[in-house]
Amino acid sequence: MRIRFEKRREPSRVMQAVTPVAAVLLTMVIGAIIFQLIGYDGPRAVREIFFTPILAAYKWSDVGRRAAPLILIALGLCMGNRAKVWNIGAEGQYIVGALSGAGVAYFTQGLTGPWIIPLMLLAGLIGGALWAAIPAFLKTRYRVNEILSSLMLVYVALQLLNYLVTGPWKDPNGHNFPQTAPFTPSQMLPKMVFGTPFPPGLFIAFALAFAFWIVMSRSEFGLGVRVVGDAPKAARYAGYNADKMVWHTLLISGAMAGLAGILEASSQSGQLNLGFPSGYGFTAIIVSFLGRLHPLGALLAGIVLAITYVGGQVAQTVVHVPNATAGIFQATMLFLILASDVLVRRRIRIDWGTKAAPQAAPAGAAAK
Amino acid sequence: MTLEFLIAALVTVVNVSTPILLAATGELVVEKSGTLNLGVEGMMLLGAIAGFAITYIAGDPQWSDSAPWLATLAPWLGVVAGAVAGMLGAMLFGVLALTLGANQVATGLALVIFGTGVSSLIGAAYVGLALTPFDQIFPDNLAQDPVLKLVFGYSPLVYFAFLMVGAVYWFLNRTRAGLVLRAVGENDVSARSIGYSVIGVRYAALAFGGAMSGIAGAYFSMVITPLWAEGMTAGRGWIALALVVFSGWRPGRLLGGAYFFGVFMTLELYAKASGFSFLPSQFWASMPYLMAIVVLALMSARESGGAEAPACLGKTFMPDA
Amino acid sequence: MQILNRRNFIKTAAAASALPLVGRAAFADEPLKVGYIYLGPVGDYGWTWAHEKGRKAMVEHFKGKVVADYVENVAEDASATPVIKDLAAQGHKLIFTTSFGYMDQTLEVAKAYPDAKFEHCTGYKHADNVATYNNRFHEGRAVQGTIAGHMSKTGVIGYLGSFKVPEVVMGVNSFALSAQAVNPNIKVKLIMIDSWFDPAKEAAAAETLANLGCDIIATHTDSPAALQVCEKKKLFGFGQGADMSRFAPHAHLTAIEDIWGPYYISRAQAVLDGSWKGGGDSWWGMKEGSVVISPYNKAVPANVVAAAEKVVAGYKDGSYDVFTGPIYDQAGAEKVKKGERMPLGTLAGIDWYVKGVQS
Repeated sequence: MRIRFEKRREPSRVMQAVTPVAAVLLTMVIGAIIFQLIGYDGPRAVREIFFTPILAAYKWSDVGRRAAPLILIALGLCMGNRAKVWNIGAEGQYIVGALSGAGVAYFTQGLTGPWIIPLMLLAGLIGGALWAAIPAFLKTRYRVNEILSSLMLVYVALQLLNYLVTGPWKDPNGHNFPQTAPFTPSQMLPKMVFGTPFPPGLFIAFALAFAFWIVMSRSEFGLGVRVVGDAPKAARYAGYNADKMVWHTLLISGAMAGLAGILEASSQSGQLNLGFPSGYGFTAIIVSFLGRLHPLGALLAGIVLAITYVGGQVAQTVVHVPNATAGIFQATMLFLILASDVLVRRRIRIDWGTKAAPQAAPAGAAAK
Repeated sequence: MTLEFLIAALVTVVNVSTPILLAATGELVVEKSGTLNLGVEGMMLLGAIAGFAITYIAGDPQWSDSAPWLATLAPWLGVVAGAVAGMLGAMLFGVLALTLGANQVATGLALVIFGTGVSSLIGAAYVGLALTPFDQIFPDNLAQDPVLKLVFGYSPLVYFAFLMVGAVYWFLNRTRAGLVLRAVGENDVSARSIGYSVIGVRYAALAFGGAMSGIAGAYFSMVITPLWAEGMTAGRGWIALALVVFSGWRPGRLLGGAYFFGVFMTLELYAKASGFSFLPSQFWASMPYLMAIVVLALMSARESGGAEAPACLGKTFMPDA
Repeated sequence: MQILNRRNFIKTAAAASALPLVGRAAFADEPLKVGYIYLGPVGDYGWTWAHEKGRKAMVEHFKGKVVADYVENVAEDASATPVIKDLAAQGHKLIFTTSFGYMDQTLEVAKAYPDAKFEHCTGYKHADNVATYNNRFHEGRAVQGTIAGHMSKTGVIGYLGSFKVPEVVMGVNSFALSAQAVNPNIKVKLIMIDSWFDPAKEAAAAETLANLGCDIIATHTDSPAALQVCEKKKLFGFGQGADMSRFAPHAHLTAIEDIWGPYYISRAQAVLDGSWKGGGDSWWGMKEGSVVISPYNKAVPANVVAAAEKVVAGYKDGSYDVFTGPIYDQAGAEKVKKGERMPLGTLAGIDWYVKGVQS
């Protein structure tokens, strides 16, 4: 008996939609079993992680607040990943975006006016894009692998944050603690808007998800992204410039990450300190894959992952599982979705025996 | 700046560089075979907790009272356990990326997150415990001597790292098996048509890489700080990945590169302590990463752009037949 | 019974109070529920472990009238807010947030839950239902510095710090001043590793300090890694937050132990009495018994033990304060006049090092 993976003529759309759902469900089952085996209340843990955040209304704002940056960053990453440009350094761009916006806040400390917040957001977009421009430049000019360059820049961004909040931008009234001065009211966005428990970032994320969807599926640019990623040689024939694609996708994903950063800073934390980096830039990579690199998929996947974050923390309080639990569930979902990817592109064929083949040959030979 | 001070500083450099060297050596073999396994950090953490846990259990007084040889053997068992744990992580990667053809970048990342989570989960039971460091192997008069300790003062794993660099060089460049591995990395389709099992070779390379990363992780929990803490590898796995590229996929340069990084990591601390602060300390802390980028760029510019990378690196190999 | 509780918990968020705490006996009077969030794991045998010890002592003292829950490994960032919120939503009326980095998160949740009471450790922001509490660790540092001053052969001692926050600066200065009282020429080398807990970095920093000539190293970071380095290099060091002699039997001279039990008991009592007030700060020390010096290593000579004990006694009866002038800063300017004591308010916000500290 042999198991073969036979390539399908076209990727199966059924599988594309089914596999993420199956991955999440299977993760719940596996997780419940494994945690039960190691001595925790497995089913309860799964319930707290996956269901409580949906069912307990007081948790919705937490889910929304987590989902917003994840979706925003993942939208940019989806685009880049479709073009096979791997921006692993989104976390760094997130930080630099927040720093850029905080810089505007620093220089406009005594001022008021409705122009300050848009300026901060713009600064965040530009800051994140500039930080992503470095790997773009290095890749197009020096052929440096963008995975490594963008990743190294994450650590540099962390040090930059460290330097600024312990040095030039340190809060003069902060008893010397490493943090920036708190943003003034004209520098802050509300935590929840439109009477909902959700942050402004979530609404922006929704809007941008649809925008990205339209661009990716109906615009020349979106077509270019997909072609460059799926068939680079054909793309070159068709006149698409791979280097330009690198620049475009990195700048866009950098800008999105930067936007997520400044939104988080100005609507949630109100200042920057050493605890600001939350790993969203890395988790967003999972979100983009779980969402099958599709903007609307990223929207859903972002919410699912936000649920696991929030649920993981509830589980820690209630079931006393370690806080690493959420990460294990997230990684398992990613493994399953990656594993199931094969079912999208290929069909499983099982050859039970070899009797048929030899018989066909003599018949064919005799027929000659 | 006395000789003793210089020697002591160099010893610190060697100690700091060794785990990166171990992991990078393994990853170099993996990448030479055409696979890009980004999950080094995850495998290191798995190795760290496995090494710590097995060493602790084997060294537990209740066993060694009846079997004293177990206590001396304990750290070696720990190292083996670390290697096995890393290998298991690599095999997980292999099933996904090699057999099922999944995207290697995403799979590697998933391995990092998974390894971090699993090691924290297992490690929860081991917080607050300590081991005797798996340290000097030469007698005191050699290992503690202010000058000779530059050569004799290290843990067995340091010497192991040196040996492995040499072994990998010899394997890749002087053996038939190494040639096959390199062929698989440069042109997998041709290698297969000659009859070599591309997937098989890559699995073997992954196993080696996983074992080395696992041992590198064990170095943290058994030598540098003989205790367990979540995430104790603190990003060194990513530096190891950078180091492989930095070295142009050549084992000899791996050695130099590892110590180059180690110098910067050590400089950061000395700068902080000796008030050597005309530049902020965060600048020194960024130096290893900035240097990695600079060297990557210089290398690529000088040698016709990344031509040294194995041609099949990161590409999924899934024949249709 | 379990299934019923889970369903109820999920359905009614507000009524989520006592239900997760299944297994606790119900009393006629609802016991006071106290919550804790910890920075590290309870098994760290350091900072968090000391708080956990205090929590356990409080629970035992009240014999059922007080129950307490904790959440460990809570990061000092925005993710702490939902944790604190959960504790409040689950009916915990007194919540201790045991690290500086929880400051703003505590205040945010306190605003949303005005009838819960919050106590933030080592912070400085207050509200009607938020108080802060601290420990005069620097008194313990004075003991360490005295010992180091006597026992250092190289005349160079080391201090492994985390961040340049007042708590750490106070510790460095206290260590330096008390050592200088014994040996005026002693030098203190300082490395800040920008983290409270990072064993590999702590070990590397300790090695660096040792290479720079320090033969006794004090740490302000939470893991025993630096002590292990001292043990390996046959140097001396001190434990932080708890007795760490099991990690370094030869190197561990003594340790500052944080004894939080009495404070937690008094605060829970105040809530039960109705006398709890927010908006203020409590700063206990040796006199109140919240800072204790653990047993001395056999390697500490008798006269040094006596000198150390003298410092302890001096703090207990108020006759000794290491921050008594003349005190000069690193540039040589006189910051405290001879005979005067630095006021606690200045100490709480201090951001400069004394002369003799090399940073």
